[in-house]
Amino acid sequence: MIGDDIKAIAEQLKNYDGDEVRIMEVCGTHTAAISENGIPSMLSPKIKLISGPGCPVCVTVTAVIDKLVELSMRDDTIVLTFGDLIRVKGTNKSLADAKADRAHVKMVYSPMETVKMAENDPSHTYVFAAIGFETTAPVYAMVLEEAIAKGLDNLKLLTSIKTMPQVIRWVVKNGGGIDGFIAPGHVATITGSDIFKELSEELELPFVVSGFEGAQLLLTIYALTCMKGKKGIKNLYKSVVTPEGNVKAKELLNKYFESSDASWRGMGKIKGSGLVLKKEFEKYDAGSRDLDEDNMPAGCCCASVLVGKIKPSDCPMYGKNCTPDNAHGACMVSTEGSCYNYFVSGRK
Amino acid sequence: MCVAIPGTVIALDGTKATVDFSGNKVTAEAGLVDVAVGDKVLVHAGCIIQTMDEKLAKETMDLFKEIEDLMV
Amino acid sequence: MKITMAHGSGGESTSALIKDVFSKCFKNEILDKLEDSAVVTGSGKIAVTTDSFVVTPLIFPGGDIGRLAVCGTVNDLLMSGATPKYITCGAVLEEGLDIDLLDKVIASMAQTAEEAGVIIVSGDTKVIENRGAEPGLIINTSGIGFIDESKEPVGPFNLKDGDKLLVTGNLGDHHAAILGCRMGIENDIKSDCAPLGDIVGNLLADNIRVHAMRDVTRGGLGTVLNEFASASECNIEIDEESLPVDPSVKEFCGLLGLDPIYMGNEGKALIVVHKDDAQKALTIVKNAKYGANAQIIGQVIKDRSKNDDNYVILNTKLGGKRVVGLMYGEGLPRIC
Repeated sequence: MIGDDIKAIAEQLKNYDGDEVRIMEVCGTHTAAISENGIPSMLSPKIKLISGPGCPVCVTVTAVIDKLVELSMRDDTIVLTFGDLIRVKGTNKSLADAKADRAHVKMVYSPMETVKMAENDPSHTYVFAAIGFETTAPVYAMVLEEAIAKGLDNLKLLTSIKTMPQVIRWVVKNGGGIDGFIAPGHVATITGSDIFKELSEELELPFVVSGFEGAQLLLTIYALTCMKGKKGIKNLYKSVVTPEGNVKAKELLNKYFESSDASWRGMGKIKGSGLVLKKEFEKYDAGSRDLDEDNMPAGCCCASVLVGKIKPSDCPMYGKNCTPDNAHGACMVSTEGSCYNYFVSGRK
Repeated sequence: MCVAIPGTVIALDGTKATVDFSGNKVTAEAGLVDVAVGDKVLVHAGCIIQTMDEKLAKETMDLFKEIEDLMV
Repeated sequence: MKITMAHGSGGESTSALIKDVFSKCFKNEILDKLEDSAVVTGSGKIAVTTDSFVVTPLIFPGGDIGRLAVCGTVNDLLMSGATPKYITCGAVLEEGLDIDLLDKVIASMAQTAEEAGVIIVSGDTKVIENRGAEPGLIINTSGIGFIDESKEPVGPFNLKDGDKLLVTGNLGDHHAAILGCRMGIENDIKSDCAPLGDIVGNLLADNIRVHAMRDVTRGGLGTVLNEFASASECNIEIDEESLPVDPSVKEFCGLLGLDPIYMGNEGKALIVVHKDDAQKALTIVKNAKYGANAQIIGQVIKDRSKNDDNYVILNTKLGGKRVVGLMYGEGLPRIC
């Protein structure tokens, strides 16, 4: 049970009667944690939570899926991936559809398993579907460190790595008016909280770095409500987030990756919002550059949902011909997607 | 977007750590952070991404301190 | 020694396999006759069920496909308020399957049948060509049980306003054990695969007013709750604080981004009882075999007027409310 001090904060949030506050939860894992804790039911109707584009599965363009499907159908190639990505549809097929057609697709817990598998089976090329943000990118860098150390020729990454700062700028410019951001806690573990301090100064909006427990999230929402519309940064995840972050991880990232433009599903290309393998490590790239095509299903409003312009329930397809069982946009496919969470938790 | 939970390092072998999560043992890559046996760490996708300050993790009072300037 | 296509031919190899592996374990008067049909005694209302079992690996921490095949069918009969009596065993063997492995599985089936108080009265074996992966085994069991017609009928349509919901123990163990094997996460989590005859028998013997029961299998507790709410056209409210989950399973779910409420078991049931019998029922279940961690987790609310389409509500530890909806997809682990 929660302590009296948190109960007092919860009471204040329930009774808040000031101007409407629109808070964006950038990170998909925050979206899931907010839903699991039943936080929307604890807030005044004047505090609106909007799920942002921090769901790597949700923002992967169809061209990336199409490429992964094509790779998985080759006799000599095996595609390894995290769970959710398997169900996202490309132009025609998802990796799950390809698997049913006898393509080589395997779900793993960690990208590090790619190294072991490639080492044990030189007759196949192992490609990891490398999606993610700044939290996961260093893991891919570790995969390459090990692959190079072991002299492996049969390991590649198909990368679709996105980064936070540019997309946050894009959201503020193109989105539906945001008063404050719940800064992604695990991204901040790597990048440090200073990047959000800079964004806060530049955009004149508050950022609060939050962990994933109910109490932390309530305090975060409380802080943002107080700081509405004003620049400022708070770190409520000090147990793992420091101003400068994980320096070693950042150095390793810089060794293998460089900044690039990236295409976001339903949002188009955003300058400097992604990471690609440096040219000198080209042989470990399974063809990640220039995968920009984005064949969004007609009528899908994921683009507007992802930047908080509309709620999932405002999309004409939501709950009718777009449901978790029959998902059109990626927001409904991923369990971290805004539309999925709204649907299964009854958020309105 | 980043599911990561805290565990305890119970063994270390070069850059490979065995991390325990209430009885679940996972081999995690320890190349991104300097760790020692007994450390509480955050593991994401099979990789240790940061050590965790246990004291800070337990204290909500510290969180209140961080926002006390905002509280009425 | 391995299974070959000859074992499925119906000739001498088949007879030898049946004698040396199946009949050796499933010894009873009825089966020993080796007739085309088993003719058994019994009358009145009969409960009939069937289920097929496919699992990898065949032997997992806490059980195996044989135990699973008996428990699954026995529990289905128990959940309808029937006393299970007879089951059948149809085994489809893949060419290349190790016979020692088959021996272990069949012996386990026999042992579990004895524990559950059922007799295996009929069986069949077939052999199919290997499909390219690790040679496997599919088992179908059909079961027959008898209903005590002096008792109130039990079923998901039967929930009454104010009824209490009871779960017979920790959630998600079986699913976590299997997934742990497949994803190479080392732990001591064991499948909870078990027959629930002791729990159900003791409740009914003590005249507890049981309105509905369902074993918590694929799709987990969340799925059963929705099935009940839909069948009885009611709302169900549960408390997160009271849901029993082993800490090891909880962390396992945390690692993979899974929710224990949707993780399957193979030896747990959701039992709905009259509110005045709830405490007594809890004591009975806790003292029965496999019921040690039972908890009362919530109640039934017949009035649906306040809740739109959201029928199962969870009160979170934090003090909020969320909807427990149907499970979508396969419950795939998410990391990113």
